[in-house]
Amino acid sequence: MHGASSWSFGEREAQRITEILRGLLRESGARSALLVDRTGQLVAQTGEAPTFDATAFASLTAADFSANDQLARMLGEQEFGALFHQGERESMYLADVARRVILVVLFDNRTTLGLVKLRVRGTVGALAEVFTSMFTSGAEPPRMADGFVGEAEDEIDRLFGE
Amino acid sequence: MSMINYASREINCKLVYYGPGLGGKTTNLEYVYQKVAPASRGKMISLATETERTLFFDFLPVDLGTIRGFKTRFHLYTVPGQVYYNASRKLILKGVDGVVFVADSQLERMEANVEAMQNLYDNLAEHGYDLTRLPFVVQYNKRDLPNAAPLAELQQTLNPGWPVLEAARQRQTPDPLHPGELLVWQADGQWFERAPYYEAVALTGEGVFDTLKAVSKVVLKALG
Repeated sequence: MHGASSWSFGEREAQRITEILRGLLRESGARSALLVDRTGQLVAQTGEAPTFDATAFASLTAADFSANDQLARMLGEQEFGALFHQGERESMYLADVARRVILVVLFDNRTTLGLVKLRVRGTVGALAEVFTSMFTSGAEPPRMADGFVGEAEDEIDRLFGE
Repeated sequence: MSMINYASREINCKLVYYGPGLGGKTTNLEYVYQKVAPASRGKMISLATETERTLFFDFLPVDLGTIRGFKTRFHLYTVPGQVYYNASRKLILKGVDGVVFVADSQLERMEANVEAMQNLYDNLAEHGYDLTRLPFVVQYNKRDLPNAAPLAELQQTLNPGWPVLEAARQRQTPDPLHPGELLVWQADGQWFERAPYYEAVALTGEGVFDTLKAVSKVVLKALG
């Protein structure tokens, strides 16, 4: 048993992720795609810039997905691999990626749930490859630059100084 | 599990406020929300029942600004205090970087405190985390109430210390906040460590930022 560890990703992975998400938007006609990690942090966003608070959105997405995971287990399922929330104009489709991140696709009535679902299936596979190799590379997470901690402590004192 | 995004140069850390029901977890976050400059914090989200009891969580993102080129942000969460909502409590702990235990100082809440502390340990263990190895701070809230238990009693019950096995940590360490007290000490040939603690009155804000400062510094130290 241990404390929580950190994870990180770099320029190359970010580019690959953006490419995959752009492909998804092109082929599905969806408006926007977001990647959120299971702890509720926004990892990437592509397409129309959201008009809402993306940070809050990400934390609620993770909570939504986790709660549904537990519901799945109660039904004897390992997980619900995907969720769909339907609105009058705007809808969202969420899919699990390698048990690490959640793909959120926002779309309106210019496309259909069927098409989004179909395209998400391929996208999830491609993203899973990126994330699986990222998490199994076994590389030690890079440390922050010298002076980071000192500077961070000063910032904490300033911000939380009342 | 802090996330370091080298592409967008961002670091996000997750802090969770844990503790018994009506102990002041949400009040801690509300005070932070009121006092931190609006430019440095995001929207506060509360998933609460109609009677304002936390149902799932409260969430408040706080921005530290850019440090050595990295946009550094803390995500503050509370869990529901009521045991009834244990399933959602557990979910919030996923990927936690630091924990604040908000204890209710009132004598009659001692049992609820003990239960919540044990529950915190168990829920973390289910995620594979060990409370004794995470950045962890205890806050004794409601110190202003006439029925508040003496500090020594609270410490003895909730934060008595855990055995330290790694030789590197077996070094007598004074508690910088409480002269004459120790954070790491030896007794009967064994080494023990306890979490730093703070006294607070969350309603008036007393001790709220001291607690937050303490836990966030330990979390960032772990990254450096």
